[in-house]
Amino acid sequence: MSLKILIVDQDSGRSAILEQALSDAGHTVVARLRSERDLASKVAEYRPDVVIIDMEAPGRDTLEQMREVSRDNPRPIVLFSNQRDPEYIRQAVQAGVSAYVVDGLQKERVLPIVEVAMARFREFQALRRELEETRSRLQERKIIEKAKGILMQRRGLSEDAAYQLMRKMAMDRNLRLVEVARTLLALEDLV
Amino acid sequence: MVTVAAAEQHPGYAGGSEGLEKTRLVLGFIPLTDCVPLVVAQERGYFGKYGLEVTLSRESSWANIRDKVATGVLDGAHMLAPMPIATTLGLGGVRKATIAPLALDLNGNAITISGDLHSRLEHADPRGMAQRPVNATALRRLVGEGGEAGSLRFASVFPSSSHHYLLRYWLAAAGIDPDRDLGLTVIPPPQMVASLRAREISGYCVGEPWNEYAVAQGAGRVLTTSYEIWNNHPEKVFGVNLEWAEAHPNTLQALLMALLEAAQWIDRPENRIEAATLLSRPAYVNAPVEVVKRSMSGFFQYAADEPAVPLPDFHVFYRYAATFPWRSHALWFLTQMVRWGQVAEPIPLERVVEAVYRPDLYRQAARALRLPCPDTDAKAEGIHAGPWELEIGSGTLPMGPDRFCDGTRFDPNDPIAYLADFQIHRRKVRLEDLARCSA
Repeated sequence: MSLKILIVDQDSGRSAILEQALSDAGHTVVARLRSERDLASKVAEYRPDVVIIDMEAPGRDTLEQMREVSRDNPRPIVLFSNQRDPEYIRQAVQAGVSAYVVDGLQKERVLPIVEVAMARFREFQALRRELEETRSRLQERKIIEKAKGILMQRRGLSEDAAYQLMRKMAMDRNLRLVEVARTLLALEDLV
Repeated sequence: MVTVAAAEQHPGYAGGSEGLEKTRLVLGFIPLTDCVPLVVAQERGYFGKYGLEVTLSRESSWANIRDKVATGVLDGAHMLAPMPIATTLGLGGVRKATIAPLALDLNGNAITISGDLHSRLEHADPRGMAQRPVNATALRRLVGEGGEAGSLRFASVFPSSSHHYLLRYWLAAAGIDPDRDLGLTVIPPPQMVASLRAREISGYCVGEPWNEYAVAQGAGRVLTTSYEIWNNHPEKVFGVNLEWAEAHPNTLQALLMALLEAAQWIDRPENRIEAATLLSRPAYVNAPVEVVKRSMSGFFQYAADEPAVPLPDFHVFYRYAATFPWRSHALWFLTQMVRWGQVAEPIPLERVVEAVYRPDLYRQAARALRLPCPDTDAKAEGIHAGPWELEIGSGTLPMGPDRFCDGTRFDPNDPIAYLADFQIHRRKVRLEDLARCSA
């Protein structure tokens, strides 16, 4: 049976993918919120069965309070980790997912939803890491190229000779090539 | 960065870093002025002095702090003083035995309201509003006038926080039922001022710098400080989970010693400006240094059109035995958890308090540093209107006032009688059952 899910995530790309996955599993995503402003009212308005929220969202504390206040929201919310399964909580924490569910909802119905969210969040983490690595490799390439250009200019070296010189400096000093390049650029700034 | 050179390293607990079970630690904090003991221990090299290599991790919610300490993602953290109790009892969904071996500070919060609500209160009860400290009688008159009941919303920062309990205490002391007459919600501290401006809430109880920030921005006025609700009330603690503490006894002692040194440094008035400057950095509180400095330097401004006034005890980090984890403080929090229905089953109050607040671990660290500390684990509250001396074996310790705004007393030997006296409550446990369970 379909459950009503509210997703709170600043990353709209990630929440769109999660929405798709949850819809494919037969659930209804009642809303995707990027902003956490006035979260208590939004939850009262959408009355979700499950709230999936980015672990790093400050609005989590608002949801914690809603468990206690039945007047604002007639359907109290409970953290899924009420199951007291420490390994499961650890995995969720590491994936960056937290989930709040309506009290009384059976564990078997909620866990698959949380697992879908954890899988999507992990994929996103991996993608983000890859992107960062690519970015930093590109950045390093640029620094090395710039340092090489300076060596060629200052010492009248060919491109290959400049590159070999930097490599030798790096090996002699047990440094990475980019570190040598950074030092050369820093020295250039001093001159 | 100001650091004590590694060469000056002084043998930590049990003979230097060799005795430490773990030297690389990650400690969590929330960007608030009172995370300062962790920041100072890091930036002035006290952690390093005891052989610890600490990474401070800025966290975005108290729920995160709780979950990450419970699962071991963080080794320890800056915690709301009632949080280790709530986590041990599993009140917030996560149940994990958690301890408070050291307190981080006393006081430091305030209740701020919108300018609009302030004018309505002045209109409703000019005489009540002229009293100092301000009580909530004007607010009671306003919510009692029919239409207003239930339409005002106040925010605090977490269900198990001194902010939440002291806000409720202050409201109820004036005859307001916080669940019936008002709406209470939780908003992350950095969003408080924006929510007040957007009229999503009429007021809030939060720690610094978020009250002085509202005043500086002209978004609100401070009605009362938490010091005025309960003089020198417990505020934050350093918390770790019990399993971690048992697996890392020497590391924990080293941490406590570093934090005790930091607390002493911060409490010296001449160091407060430097501490505020460290705190205001983007990696920590990330707020204008002028705003952070205000409360840290012992001054407080209630409203934009009033001058700042001296309030030297607004933040207390070491004096008055501020770092001592009083079991009576834990017991007071437990009474409020029962009073407001968070504790829904009878529990053995004393046993919970003894398991969570750990003065035994504190004394071990204090003695290693030859610091005087209380011999007793509990003290009565609401007894002293002015400074007093606590007798300890080696002499006396200077203590601050401990009055409640309504003049009542809390006797830690009789929490049941204390609970029975509250007219306004949401108790779910019968006091007879609680007494039987606690006996």
